[in-house]
Amino acid sequence: MNDILAARSQMAMSLAFHIIFAAVGIAMPLLMIIAEWRWLKTKEEVYLTLAKRWAKGTAILFAVGAVSGTVLSFELGLLFPKFMGYAGAIIGMPFSLEGFAFFTEAIFLGIYLYGWERISPKAHIFAGAVVAASGAASGIFVVIANAWMNAPTGFRLVDGKMVDIDPIAAMMNPAAFGQTLHMTLAAYAATGFAVAGIHAFMLLRDRQNLFHRRALAIALAVGGAAAILQPLSGDILAKTVAVTQPAKLAAFEGQFETEKGAPIRIGGIPDEETGKTNYAIEIPYLLSILAHGNPNAVVKGLNDFPKDEHPPVAIVHFAFQIMVACGMLMMAIAVWGAWRWWRARKKGAGKWLDEKWFLRALILAAPLGFVAIETGWTVTEVGRQPWIIYGVMRTADAVTPMPGLVVPFVTFTILYIFLAIITTWLLFRQVASSPKDFESKPIEREVRDAA
Amino acid sequence: MPLETIIAGIMVASLVFYALLGGADYGGGVWDLFAFGSRAKQQRKLISEAIGPVWEANHVWLILVIVILFTAFPPAVAAISTALHIPLTLLLIGIILRGTAFTFRTYDVQRDNVQRRWSRVFSIASIFTPVLLGITVGAISSGAIRVRDGAVTTGFFASWLAPFPFAVGFFALALFAFLAAVYLTLETKERELQEDFRRRALVSGAAVGLLALIVFLLAETNAPTIRAGISNTSWALALHVSTAIAAIGAFYALWTRKYKLARICAAAQATLILLGWAAAQFPYLIEPDITIASAAAPRITLQLLLGALAAGGILLFPSYYYLFRIFKSETAFTALSEKEEKF
Repeated sequence: MNDILAARSQMAMSLAFHIIFAAVGIAMPLLMIIAEWRWLKTKEEVYLTLAKRWAKGTAILFAVGAVSGTVLSFELGLLFPKFMGYAGAIIGMPFSLEGFAFFTEAIFLGIYLYGWERISPKAHIFAGAVVAASGAASGIFVVIANAWMNAPTGFRLVDGKMVDIDPIAAMMNPAAFGQTLHMTLAAYAATGFAVAGIHAFMLLRDRQNLFHRRALAIALAVGGAAAILQPLSGDILAKTVAVTQPAKLAAFEGQFETEKGAPIRIGGIPDEETGKTNYAIEIPYLLSILAHGNPNAVVKGLNDFPKDEHPPVAIVHFAFQIMVACGMLMMAIAVWGAWRWWRARKKGAGKWLDEKWFLRALILAAPLGFVAIETGWTVTEVGRQPWIIYGVMRTADAVTPMPGLVVPFVTFTILYIFLAIITTWLLFRQVASSPKDFESKPIEREVRDAA
Repeated sequence: MPLETIIAGIMVASLVFYALLGGADYGGGVWDLFAFGSRAKQQRKLISEAIGPVWEANHVWLILVIVILFTAFPPAVAAISTALHIPLTLLLIGIILRGTAFTFRTYDVQRDNVQRRWSRVFSIASIFTPVLLGITVGAISSGAIRVRDGAVTTGFFASWLAPFPFAVGFFALALFAFLAAVYLTLETKERELQEDFRRRALVSGAAVGLLALIVFLLAETNAPTIRAGISNTSWALALHVSTAIAAIGAFYALWTRKYKLARICAAAQATLILLGWAAAQFPYLIEPDITIASAAAPRITLQLLLGALAAGGILLFPSYYYLFRIFKSETAFTALSEKEEKF
């Protein structure tokens, strides 16, 4: 493994690991405060138990997310120092704002987790709401910085140097809106479906368990709403990519030839040698419609780009296909759930969860959101190659001169695998197990147990 | 004052906050490892309760230092993260293990052997990480990192694999342990536990003094600019005198069990040490090739950053105050003038 590949792998692995915790950190506080809000509203103890269980899960995941995020903030400099030296002044701004959002999130999470008995219920749920809002803000700021790497704006290039920089214009780059919307919705959809899946699994074994019914309903409401909106944000983003990164769009679809009325390809194997995508099911004109809003629009193919500016086509195409497939499945299940709920609403609460096949579908759908997030980031990041700043700086020119980068790559990989195992085990212990006496659990005891 | 100097000042202030708050959390980990005697379990519990609600917020000061550095002084980040790739990577591993082990311990099975395992990871990482932090700071100050045309010319080892950075590393560790021990005397009402941490504070305070002397002596050959800064300049004497007053005050207060006074003196001592270092380092970011002015980002970036820091501060400080009022009201917000508890 050469050093640039090791550096890219370490960055990719760190990002792939962190994004799970980041997404959960955005969405979980929302689930948590919805449960707490239901408790304040209905005084049903089951909601309080739920809020506390979810809070514990959030605490574990947030801690791992916070440290793996710290790693990323250093790694940008450690692995790609020339990128930071070159671009820090222009994209440092969203990172600085993210710093304060993260501060707010950490402070109020501390208050939320340890403050059950120390502050009033209103102040407590407010702290949770601040965590939810600042978590979302953190994510948005970081994604804005990434969007700038895809669609760099706010400077002029003179002799390879950026001059007349405008950090605000950089934050307002054309990819920012689509990417932040897409990622924020993805966080809610993925987390909502994962949590719903876990509770569906428990519910399938214990069909009348009120705790899991309540949990499932909240998680699916959040995840399902996001999943239904997600294709819209995907469409907005794809239209942006078509303009700002045509080579990436071509890689999404395995589009080698420039074509008028280009089709969408479902499946297929792009062959970079022959410049063809074989075995794909083609839906005529659809790519031209989706990318440019016109069935006769011209979609630029990869062959019109210099060979050394091609991203790895096959990886991007496959990842894109998987992401879209996951998104479509989640949307379908969300619609199914909404329809079941709508039909059953007069027959009494909870009837809509009585269908075994629906619960089974939710279990199978549990990982789909995270698969979509991982493949989606693969599409974004691999699709931008060979550039670290699209059209401005190549990844190979940004990497550190440090030799032996395979060593930290392997070290961090082992460390993260270890953390993943422990985290999974702790979550299983804390969150998934059915509470035996959720009806009447006094706050004091719960808090003492946690300490 | 030029904008970049103001921002560098804010960066130093963030570092001071990180040392006073985040540093003490590492110090808590140190005392977790050295918990012994019949009250070992109570000591660990006290440490855990003291840092539980606040450590994640305290950790963010480091993130703030990093983002200010790479927004306002990008070439310095490029040089530091190249020359100090190895200690910084190890530092990250320490940060990961410390934070996750602490959280895992809180939420894992409450059986002794499981808890002990996480305690060990947490406490060893709490020792390892401050040393690496100190090594990084020591290497940056020692003049051993040389940069020509934006590229580091001194390799990946020489600048930090030297006595001076290591001495600074152990000095940082001793300082953090000292701060933690002093703060912990106020986290409990139990006299015996207070006495435990009082003794630890006195021992680690002595270690801080000894290591300060070693760092000072090593600086003569290893970090001459810093040494010149802290011995020959006009403000040097005033700084040394006030640091000494704070240190003596802390010892006196600990000796006489005036813990609130001890806390103020210890925090003042740590602050003065860091300010002294920053002043001696001025105007260099990486002595001797990169200065604050030469590494500064364009003016527009600095202006916006300053605006963001101001706005962020308006949000941050009340939130922080709220956090501490909720969890540290018994300790943090009792005025010094209140009668010290007599035993």
